[in-house]
Amino acid sequence: MIGLEHFLFVAAVLFVIGLYGVLTKRNVTAILMSMELMLNAVNINLIAFSRFITPEAMTGQVFAIFTITIAAAELAVGLALVFRIYHDRNTVDAEQLNRMRW
Amino acid sequence: MMSEYIYTASFYVFAALVIVSALGVVRKTNIMHAALLLVLCFIGVSGLYVLLEADYLAAVQILVYGGAVAIIIILSIMLTHRRRMEETSLANNRGRAAALLGFVFMALLALVIVYTPWSYSPAEPAKLTVFANVLLTGYVLPFEIAAVLLLAAMIGAVLLAKGVEEE
Amino acid sequence: MFSQYAVQHAWLIPLLPFVAFVVIGFFLRRCPRAAAGLAIGMSLASFLLALGVGYGVFGGGITVEQPWIQKVPWLDIAGIFVSMGVYLDPLTAMMLMVVSLVSLLVQVYSTGYMEGDDGFARFFAFLSLFAASMLGLVLAVNFVQLYVFWELVGLCSYLLIGFYFDRISAREAAKKAFMTTRIGDFGLLLGILLLQVVFGTVDFQQLAGILPLYVQAGGMGLLTIAAMLIFMGPLSKSGQFPLHVWLPDAMEGPTPVSALIHAATMVVAGVYLVARVFFLFSLLPNVMEVIAWIGAVTACFAALVALSQTDSKRILAYSTISQLGYMMLALGVGSVTASMFHLMTHAFFKAALFLGAGAIMHGLHGQTDIFAMGGLRRRLPVTFAVMTISVLAISGIPPFAGFFSKDEILAAAAHVSAPLYGMAVLTALLTAFYMGRLLFVAFFGQEKQGNIPHEAGPAMCFSMIVLSVLAVVSGAAGYMSHFGEWVRFGPALHEELNLGIAAFSTFVSLLGLGAAWLVYGRRSVSPDQLALKLGFFYTLSYNKFYIDEFYGWLNRTFVYGIGKILYWLDIKGVDGLVNGLAWSVGHLGDDLRRFQTGQLQQYGVVIFTAIMLIAAWVVFSSPIFVAVLQRGAY
Repeated sequence: MIGLEHFLFVAAVLFVIGLYGVLTKRNVTAILMSMELMLNAVNINLIAFSRFITPEAMTGQVFAIFTITIAAAELAVGLALVFRIYHDRNTVDAEQLNRMRW
Repeated sequence: MMSEYIYTASFYVFAALVIVSALGVVRKTNIMHAALLLVLCFIGVSGLYVLLEADYLAAVQILVYGGAVAIIIILSIMLTHRRRMEETSLANNRGRAAALLGFVFMALLALVIVYTPWSYSPAEPAKLTVFANVLLTGYVLPFEIAAVLLLAAMIGAVLLAKGVEEE
Repeated sequence: MFSQYAVQHAWLIPLLPFVAFVVIGFFLRRCPRAAAGLAIGMSLASFLLALGVGYGVFGGGITVEQPWIQKVPWLDIAGIFVSMGVYLDPLTAMMLMVVSLVSLLVQVYSTGYMEGDDGFARFFAFLSLFAASMLGLVLAVNFVQLYVFWELVGLCSYLLIGFYFDRISAREAAKKAFMTTRIGDFGLLLGILLLQVVFGTVDFQQLAGILPLYVQAGGMGLLTIAAMLIFMGPLSKSGQFPLHVWLPDAMEGPTPVSALIHAATMVVAGVYLVARVFFLFSLLPNVMEVIAWIGAVTACFAALVALSQTDSKRILAYSTISQLGYMMLALGVGSVTASMFHLMTHAFFKAALFLGAGAIMHGLHGQTDIFAMGGLRRRLPVTFAVMTISVLAISGIPPFAGFFSKDEILAAAAHVSAPLYGMAVLTALLTAFYMGRLLFVAFFGQEKQGNIPHEAGPAMCFSMIVLSVLAVVSGAAGYMSHFGEWVRFGPALHEELNLGIAAFSTFVSLLGLGAAWLVYGRRSVSPDQLALKLGFFYTLSYNKFYIDEFYGWLNRTFVYGIGKILYWLDIKGVDGLVNGLAWSVGHLGDDLRRFQTGQLQQYGVVIFTAIMLIAAWVVFSSPIFVAVLQRGAY
């Protein structure tokens, strides 16, 4: 009854919501949070495929483990950057971080 | 094996949890609320993992995401100045463009999901020991490299946060 | 014998003056006496060789049908074969003798006339170069050789007209001469090229054989075009109307130059060309008619203008144009004999006239306005004698030279067409009148105040006297020695004096001289009253019928007009294009940079749009989804 498509659909919606957040929020931390949503959506996809297409090989789950690892590392570095930006510019508003322009 | 109805019902519950809390993350202007909703979202995703018979990953999800990730996000929120909590996470004026983009992408994904002829495998999901075997024999190299990556990320984060001493 | 040697080595005749040019030009610039000596020596050698050639031709059976030709291959490329060489027949022999003699006499005269001038050696160098070029032209065996030397004489003319290069008027006159003759040269070159392309050869002898057959086969149109193009050369070089405008201005050069080049030799190059190429022109009646009419119009027109001029050299210049018109008229009506005969006599008496005018100028320190002269016959007796003889010669009074040659032309014209004959007679009347005017105003009457003129030196007198003697005898001599049997085209003309025409022309000349005496000699009729009465015509004549002004207007309107248009095109069009390109690049850059806002999420939108497009492309190029697209159903 609940098949692969359902899970893929949920993942797609989650991904799009995350995308919307990345492009819309002004607070840099909020952007990072939305990126986490996108990564979670990808994980759901991977595990769903693993469960339905190749359940005996578990490749999807292995991939998902690594994705979680890397997401965590990236978040750590990203937040360190946020910390630095706040220290130097006294703001975390993405609209105001536009010095690299014409 | 759970009966079909419970499976279906749990699926819809968790799916709703995930989606609603995600919407909350991106729409709420109070960043603290957004962070907490994010935790809720992670829990929902973990539930979905359980339904997908990836119990190990469900546990890891709660531990890593719901635990570590959420905490450092809240930590970073605490460390950044705020005037009024309600104004900490405003939206810029690209809402319409982003929404349009989102809808189009959604449509594309829906198309792919519906029209691809997926071929279900009849095999049973493997046990966790298989997972451990695969991870530590077949994929041991990425495993080790992931460890190195985490080390590098740690050092990098420390350096970035500490900053360079001005002369 | 010497004449045999001369005929075999006729190529020395132009070479010797050329050697003189090179040596003087490189080494003897600062040694006027050596330069003059070398030049005259070479000229003398040339003249003696020319005499030898003449003897050899007339005694050795070389005729117009059987010329003596020596050729060396000069250019041999891809189907074009041109040689250089020597073409000897009676026509050539006559020209050689005339040119070398007049050249020699003018050089002797110049030792006196140009004495003390800074450019003395340079003058002799150029004179030698000119002599070499003219003699080479006369010896040409084909069109290309002719054209090479044609250009060379044009160059010498430019150099010599502009001899006093510190005067603006001289420089301008030199440029005008060169440019006007350039128009003619261009036509000549086109004609030569046309002949080469159609017939594959430019050799005179070969063409003389080919062309009659070609015309019989029915191809006159092409030849007419070629002939008209070739005729443009003589049109400009021999001062025919309307390209005569350079000749009067050419009087800016020193008087010996005017005598040698613009009276006796270079300007007759055009006439010589038509005579040499008569095998082409005689086949085309239309072209002949055009030539005849142009000659007649030129003769009349120039005579009309000469009536009112006050500068002695200008009068003589227009007189030259008028006499050249006579020669062209003679060719147009078919008589090479008459034309060449007149060429010869004209060379002598016109050179004498110019040298005499030069003597006057030399004596009066550069004065040329005849109304500033008067009573010179007492002060300049030799000059007076020379001028009188030459005036009588040009007016056609028997037994002087001009009578015989003009009579031949009048007879030929009368034979062909009454209007042409009428114009020729009218011209004769006017010629007598204005030449008499020159003589009476300058030499008779009261002496004007001012410097007392001195007679010319021995060198000058020698040349003038020799030429005036020739002006007396060459007519009768030519008549006696059966000129028409040697220099001709077609059957020989036996000399016969048409008494009616001869008498009438003599009468007309006397009438002209008498009228001039009345007006200018005895002042029975006041010239000023005459000028007033003739009002409009006088103005036209004095202003040379405004031809120069017309050309100036043409130049300003069309040449400058086109120049201005092209300049505008260049500034707006070409520069506009280049500048516009540069501006657009800059502007594009200016517009494109606004994409770089520095806004992170803007970049995100752009990147993600691109990703989505790529994903859509990948999806829709796979077969399943192509089918979806087409049928919209699974």
